[in-house]
Amino acid sequence: MSSRQRLRAWIAAPVLGLLAAILGWGLSGAPGFGHFHGAYGDLLSATAVPQRHSTNVVTAIVFDYRGFDTMGEEFILFASVVGVVLLLRDMREPSGDRDDPVASDAIRLFGVLMVGVVLVVGLWLAAFGLVTPGGGFQGGVIVAGAIVLVFLAAGYRPWRAFGRQSLLDPFEGVGAASYVALGLAALIAGAPFLHNLMGLGTSGTLASGGSMTLLNWAVAVEVAAANLVLYTEFLESYLVPHLDER
Amino acid sequence: MTLLAYGVAVWVFAIGIYGAIVSRNLIHLALCLTVTQSSTYILLLTVGYRHGAGAPIFEDVKLGTAAVDPVVQSLTLTDVVVSVTVIALILALALDVHRQSGSVDPDEISTLNG
Amino acid sequence: MSWALPLPVAVPLIAAALLVATGGLLPRRVLKAIAIGAAATATAFALVILAASERHDLLHWFGGWHPHHGIALGISFTVDPLGAGMVALSSGLVLLVLVYSWTFMRRQSQTYDVLILTFGAAMAGFALTGDIFNMFVWFELMGVSAYALAGFMVEELGPLQGAINFAVTNTVGAYLTLMGIALLYARTGALNLAQIGRTLEHRPADRLVIVAFALVVTGLMVRAAIVPFHFWLADAHAASPAPVCALLSGAMVELGIFFIARVYWTVFAAPLHVHEAGVRDVLVALGVATALVGAAMCLLQRHVKRLLAYSTISQAGIMLSGVALLDPRSLAGVANLVLAHGLLKGGLFLICGVLLVELHHIDELRLHGAGRRLPWIGVLWLAGTIGLVGVPPVGVFLAHQFLNADAREHGFAWLAAIGAVASGVCAGAMLRAGARIFLGWGSDEDELLTPEPDEDAPEHDVRGRLMGIVAGVAIVLGLAASLAPGLEARTELAAARFADTSAYRAVVLHGAAQGDAAAHLPHSLLSVDTAPALYGLAALAIAAATAAFGLWHRRLPGGLRRAGARVLWPPVTVMRDAHSGIVGDYLLWLSAGAVAVGAVWALTL
Repeated sequence: MSSRQRLRAWIAAPVLGLLAAILGWGLSGAPGFGHFHGAYGDLLSATAVPQRHSTNVVTAIVFDYRGFDTMGEEFILFASVVGVVLLLRDMREPSGDRDDPVASDAIRLFGVLMVGVVLVVGLWLAAFGLVTPGGGFQGGVIVAGAIVLVFLAAGYRPWRAFGRQSLLDPFEGVGAASYVALGLAALIAGAPFLHNLMGLGTSGTLASGGSMTLLNWAVAVEVAAANLVLYTEFLESYLVPHLDER
Repeated sequence: MTLLAYGVAVWVFAIGIYGAIVSRNLIHLALCLTVTQSSTYILLLTVGYRHGAGAPIFEDVKLGTAAVDPVVQSLTLTDVVVSVTVIALILALALDVHRQSGSVDPDEISTLNG
Repeated sequence: MSWALPLPVAVPLIAAALLVATGGLLPRRVLKAIAIGAAATATAFALVILAASERHDLLHWFGGWHPHHGIALGISFTVDPLGAGMVALSSGLVLLVLVYSWTFMRRQSQTYDVLILTFGAAMAGFALTGDIFNMFVWFELMGVSAYALAGFMVEELGPLQGAINFAVTNTVGAYLTLMGIALLYARTGALNLAQIGRTLEHRPADRLVIVAFALVVTGLMVRAAIVPFHFWLADAHAASPAPVCALLSGAMVELGIFFIARVYWTVFAAPLHVHEAGVRDVLVALGVATALVGAAMCLLQRHVKRLLAYSTISQAGIMLSGVALLDPRSLAGVANLVLAHGLLKGGLFLICGVLLVELHHIDELRLHGAGRRLPWIGVLWLAGTIGLVGVPPVGVFLAHQFLNADAREHGFAWLAAIGAVASGVCAGAMLRAGARIFLGWGSDEDELLTPEPDEDAPEHDVRGRLMGIVAGVAIVLGLAASLAPGLEARTELAAARFADTSAYRAVVLHGAAQGDAAAHLPHSLLSVDTAPALYGLAALAIAAATAAFGLWHRRLPGGLRRAGARVLWPPVTVMRDAHSGIVGDYLLWLSAGAVAVGAVWALTL
């Protein structure tokens, strides 16, 4: 450890201690744990089901009441993935002819079975997000995970069928664009941006929430595609160059 | 209980930043930032908790039953997505640094100064 | 007109998404046309919104969720002329940058354009929003787009280091703001700025409100590059391609200052009213420190982009001091400064791109005399520099008129002197660089200046003509900005409306009707005396002296130089050493600064 690093460590400890103390002092003015009085949350809990026909209040907030935040958040993921592609552009070595067969039959069998299961779980979570815990983000991440399982269970070449930017970019772009397009459609129809233009459906079923369902699926598609692009980038920048060394 | 709940958030926040300051490896630094971000989730969710209340899901539950605050949960969801994306970028930068210089020590890669 | 409010955000975002979706299929020209078209549409709507907002505040509730008995259910865009002005500035700069990049960035242009569009959309959302968590979302989108753009030149270690420093420090700053937001939510249960303000209005600030204020403002100050949170900015500018620097310095840093003012006036002005002096003193102190450190470091640079970056830091300090006076008139001054500085500094960075493309260096000493074959670029550089000094009647002159008049009223008359010195020194450094590059004056060696890794353009075999024209447009607009008819009265009225917290709340939470504000334009309230001209001439004199010193300091008598070195060299070395380029150091400064600000306010408020 150089002297500079040592000095930094010695100064950092009391400084962070003081920062923690100030934070703690500020928090001591907050309501006690378990005694939160927020009217905003209560109002939404009370009105989300009758107004939005969605029994999962959190999803109703994410895709409707505060749906504009979600649009921004979706684009943060979008921009970051584009950024990672930009940053790793010189390091990637996608090689469709390189193979990395998985040796163990047990892993292959188990993996192939699990891909289907995990995919269904992901889709189910996304579909029922308006009814029970879940939603587009959660479902999208799990669907991406299911497809990474293909790499783990079956090797690099089968993975390449899915893990290609030319395949994933359109999904990512269309997912992101459709969210904004739904908002603009409301605007064109004379309503505020992201206003719910469709019927509300029956709460507690798959067909509930109106435009929330569409937004939910747009996000699921975008998140799954974006995550897969991320995995592709890191795989091809870091793992694939070393595949032959195994 | 209040002390414990808020204290955990504050501790995790401080220790994450401390780790980032003294870090000698960019990957470790990115993960320290993840730790710091977790403290914001802890704080948000702790703030919204209510004793004896259930989840804000009303599928089989009568409307009007006490529920914890759903707004902080949506904020945390957004927060998680944001953190994943930023850390992915920092890790990609770390990979690039390693390729250019062979090192991931922040003190060793310093060419910009003054 | 409120239907147009989402458009400066939605149009660039949908264009970015479509660019990614169709990237492999369409030719480069079509993709570029989509990008520029989206930016132009966003700018056009921003200007329309600006014009409409001058009559009354515009309000758009997303999803159609209007407040229920004063409780905001959804997210609002709440737009007054200052916010609309910020959107127009940022969207306009994005448009200029995209046109400029037609030549400057040929390869990777699709990914680059996508990130510039998301960056632009985020800046627009940030300036328009009336919800504190929505602000955080746009803050992070701005950040993510910028971090990726900063790391663009992945082939060199310097840019990567700059991008990492940028990303890590701003991320921690964002966490500080988020902790502040959580504290405010714990107390008020609200995320809408007007609603939070109304809930906090009746009690003086207690520990939670003070710490929340410190946290939110500190996070924003990191983005605004205020000392001691500023270290990342010069590194990020050295790393980023020149047009990206134009956006960072021209709009992003200013947005940090803007939101400090916004959050103060809508949320914290009432609870902190009794201790206004405590807030004012700390922020003025930080602003002054920033202005002076920025100017000093600016002088020591030979990497032209870093030189301009430190000058931005110095100007950000002046802007913060202006906001810190907590008065609508100084706010009007800051608004004018943001406008002029954004366009002029943006133009100067675009000129750097021309220098890179035509001359293949960005180091002042290596470029010695090489700019002689680009005389028009030299003229533009001179014009931009003069505009930033504050000479009447162009550029930042109007801004300083407001700021100095207001400072005098509050007993901070010495701020004018600090402003003159800081602006003068920075302009002097720019004049020195310009003289060296375009006239070949001075020598091509200077041991006072810090050597930095040089840079080359991303494209070879391109001519800088389009780029030079775009840079010229930016500089001419920046110079002409303060000449716009009635700007003085209009910004003063806009600032007064910005600071009118109760009217804001009434409009946002209760949908109160508004009269036509433009009918009440104040008459020119600025005194027509010699003080502003004096200021401008003083700053110009300082600039000329600084430039002369920079070019010819070797001709000073040896005894004088030795004495000067003995006195000045130790503190300069300490200051330089602090700017180490090591991210751990920067984070330590950040934490220490946060502790200092928090502790002082905890004790005095």
